[in-house]
Amino acid sequence: MGKMHIKVTVNGKQHELLAEPRELLIHVLREELGITGPHIGCETSHCGACTVDMDGKSVKSCTVFAAQANGANITTIEGLGNPDGLHVLQQMFKEHHGLQCGFCTPGMITRAYRFLQENPDPTEEEVRFGMAGNLCRCTGYQNIVKAILAAAAEMNAAKEAAQ
Amino acid sequence: MNEMTPPKTERAEALKGLGSSRKRVEDARFTQGKGNYVDDLKLPGMLFGDFVRSPYAHARVKSINADKAKALPGVVAVLTAADLAPLNLHWMPTLAGDKQMVLADGKVLFQGQEVAFVVAEDRYIAADAVELVEVEYEELPVVVDPFKAQADDAPVLREDLEGKMEGAHGARRHHNHIFTWEQGDKDATESVLGSADVVAEEMIYYHRTHPCPLETCGCVASMDKVNGKLTVHGTFQAPHAVRTVASLISGIAEHNIRIISPDIGGGFGNKVGVYPGYICSIVASIVTGVPVKWIEDRMENLMATAFARDYWMQGKISATKDGKITGLWCHTTADHGAFDACADPSKFPAGFMNICTGSYDIPTAYLAVDGVYTNKAPGGVAYRCSFRVTEAAYFIERMIEVLAIKLGMDAAELRAKNFIRKDQFPYQSALGWEYDSGDYHTAWEKALKAVDYDGLRKEQAERVEAFKRGETRKLLGIGLTHFTEIVGAGPVKNCDILGLGMFDSCEIRIHPTGSAIARLGTISQGQGHATTFAQILASEIGLPADDITIEEGDTDTAPYGLGTYGSRSTPVAGAATAMAGRKIRAKAQMIAAYLLEVHDDDVEWDVDRFVVKGAPERFKTMKEIAFASYNQAIPGVEPGLEAVSYYDPPNMTYPFGAYICVMEIDADTGEHEIRQFYALDDCGTRINPMIIEGQVHGGATEGYAIAMGQEIAYDDMGNVKTGTLMDFFLPTAWETPHYTTDHTVTPSPHHPIGAKGVGESPNVGSVPAFSNAVHDAFRAFGLVQSHMPHDQWRIWTVARDLGLHG
Repeated sequence: MGKMHIKVTVNGKQHELLAEPRELLIHVLREELGITGPHIGCETSHCGACTVDMDGKSVKSCTVFAAQANGANITTIEGLGNPDGLHVLQQMFKEHHGLQCGFCTPGMITRAYRFLQENPDPTEEEVRFGMAGNLCRCTGYQNIVKAILAAAAEMNAAKEAAQ
Repeated sequence: MNEMTPPKTERAEALKGLGSSRKRVEDARFTQGKGNYVDDLKLPGMLFGDFVRSPYAHARVKSINADKAKALPGVVAVLTAADLAPLNLHWMPTLAGDKQMVLADGKVLFQGQEVAFVVAEDRYIAADAVELVEVEYEELPVVVDPFKAQADDAPVLREDLEGKMEGAHGARRHHNHIFTWEQGDKDATESVLGSADVVAEEMIYYHRTHPCPLETCGCVASMDKVNGKLTVHGTFQAPHAVRTVASLISGIAEHNIRIISPDIGGGFGNKVGVYPGYICSIVASIVTGVPVKWIEDRMENLMATAFARDYWMQGKISATKDGKITGLWCHTTADHGAFDACADPSKFPAGFMNICTGSYDIPTAYLAVDGVYTNKAPGGVAYRCSFRVTEAAYFIERMIEVLAIKLGMDAAELRAKNFIRKDQFPYQSALGWEYDSGDYHTAWEKALKAVDYDGLRKEQAERVEAFKRGETRKLLGIGLTHFTEIVGAGPVKNCDILGLGMFDSCEIRIHPTGSAIARLGTISQGQGHATTFAQILASEIGLPADDITIEEGDTDTAPYGLGTYGSRSTPVAGAATAMAGRKIRAKAQMIAAYLLEVHDDDVEWDVDRFVVKGAPERFKTMKEIAFASYNQAIPGVEPGLEAVSYYDPPNMTYPFGAYICVMEIDADTGEHEIRQFYALDDCGTRINPMIIEGQVHGGATEGYAIAMGQEIAYDDMGNVKTGTLMDFFLPTAWETPHYTTDHTVTPSPHHPIGAKGVGESPNVGSVPAFSNAVHDAFRAFGLVQSHMPHDQWRIWTVARDLGLHG
């Protein structure tokens, strides 16, 4: 099968690679680029374990062709923190016990990262609706919701302090 | 006391030991995407394996032609049963004493069964090659109903067993019969039922479902032909047992096998068993000389690996007119699918189903379980429960409700009237268990008060009247449950798996500078062992939990243990941890006495140090003792500070709880809304309240899914109708209820720290709570029993059949 030439920026770093037209973004990320934070849980876009941020949108990378990501700017869980430490969402997930086995966590936090930009001051109900594309089998979501609300409060307080 | 010494409470708090809601040490990795799950592993030259699976539930395999697949560039091998037969690996033993085809040997017995194993350079080529393998089938009659499977003219499923009327668990009485397991006194129970004031009878069905962890099963097998060592990384809840089984069936010496369970993305019982994918990957690695990875996809996971439940439980319960229970009878038809691949202790073919007298003082009882083969996937694993305890709890908690209806009694009152009283512990149950401790009445009263039970009943009665007047279409259900579990398998005298006693272990090494590493025979799958086991140890040896590393899952380094399932980690490995810690402390006491120049008996333990009795200003901290153990020549004492404990528990532990669910149901649409879910758990001594609460949320959400929609359903042809997450219900954050947690503390008298285990309680307790709420909503209109899962369609059907749609 002929391969396609793809340029993609992942977590701020540019990559050029060859991929078959049918190759999925999740496989390119995990197997070509060694970015194993996003996971594969269902391969049918139900579970959200493979969620990454692509050009400002949450996408499930198990149902995106690598070719569709040509020219895109992608952020995965690995790109959320910075050299100074964890992203506030990562901190709040730990603080509020928002994870157990950790398998859904990268997708969950990556989705929450985008969700809080779409809706910086959500209600609990809005968090539950906005996160409904990401499944967790361990936590029952209650502490995930708590963590996201706490992160929103922190981020808003930081914004206010900066103004 | 020395002025410099902080007070006891302050020092104890600094240790972050028992009772501390210590944040999890695992989370720094997991929140940054730095977990290390099996599919993250990439070894040089690694190949990918993938299965050709049967589209039929029952068929003869006439031929397999792999020529086209083998001709595809990038395909390295295609294995069939014929290739495995010379190694005697075309069949494998199951944990339940049966055997199972690794690859189809002459016929297939369930849809999704493994037929051939393709090995290729990447997963895309492997998937292409799977499509190119030509298999010719001849369809055979299918039986998916365990009752029809026992008819005289039912098709013979297991031709390999033809004529063998003695199975692993006694006599077989039909070609599709596996075993009969009886407990209790049949004659006495029938006599009590025959002369009782009141007898309620009902068929309680706990449908087939699946643990469905978010990470599917998989492995990477790597045979190093230079040193003859086989290393298998995989999703194993019991790595040591896997090593022994692998050695026994492959003939590779056990010291040449290294099993590694890396981070595991949830298990819930799905990852206890040994699957054909593991065997095929190992064989493929031996054949090719390079590592072979096999990761099942979600459809394969739901179709082929380890279903749970599928118990048809016919029950009779008798009582006096005023509601004192006198007897319980249960006959269960257990659908095991095509092979008996349950993961129960060997002597318990129906697990601990004989805990089905529940929380009640039932003087006479009888249980019989018949295991049956059908054309469905094998399994029968304990989905977040101790072996068959969920089935037992659901059975008794439904039967109590059915009896309450028959008696015209309030179901809460009926329960309270029949609870085993606090003064009856240790309590000998009619079906053979000795309950270690409990205080059911206290928990029950606390729960009823917390939800304002009387107020709820009043509101419900008003709602029924309003409904009858046509003022509302919504009904109110109050789902009650008081469950008792039996976990922590278990005493070696009666608990083993394939002859391996179900003890567990902990090995501790204290480093010279006063930090430590402890290794255990268990393996975390999200329970937070690295956090909580360090807490147990911190309290035992007086070193901060933050300075203690916990390591599990590598059979080359960890002590032998039977793994993590059946809520056994805290009851068994947690006990081993405490006992190993006490050995450390005993040696530390000798070292401290030597350093303080007093007799061993003249020092006493004080949180994190030994002090001279009556002279608290003279002490040696554990940190000082640790260093001394490495640099002082102490007469009669070996250098170093290490200990190991293999703990054989004297009894199981019996966690219990009271759960109450308040549910609104729309009679016209069948939709439900959980208004309140209250969960009171008594798991004995509480190690980390934050983690306990998280376990309760998660287990209750699994229970919510099971009760309200999740099932593995088959059509009459044996086609799996729920093979993807589109059809198999996993709740999202949107529909998942909000939980209120609560607790009482009744320590286990035989566990070193009094802990009982909690991970599975919420699955066991919540399923009947949700189900009872549905039933209770319709009680006023005559509903006695309807089968789970209570999805919208089924609830609507109940309302329709009760004539509520006008």
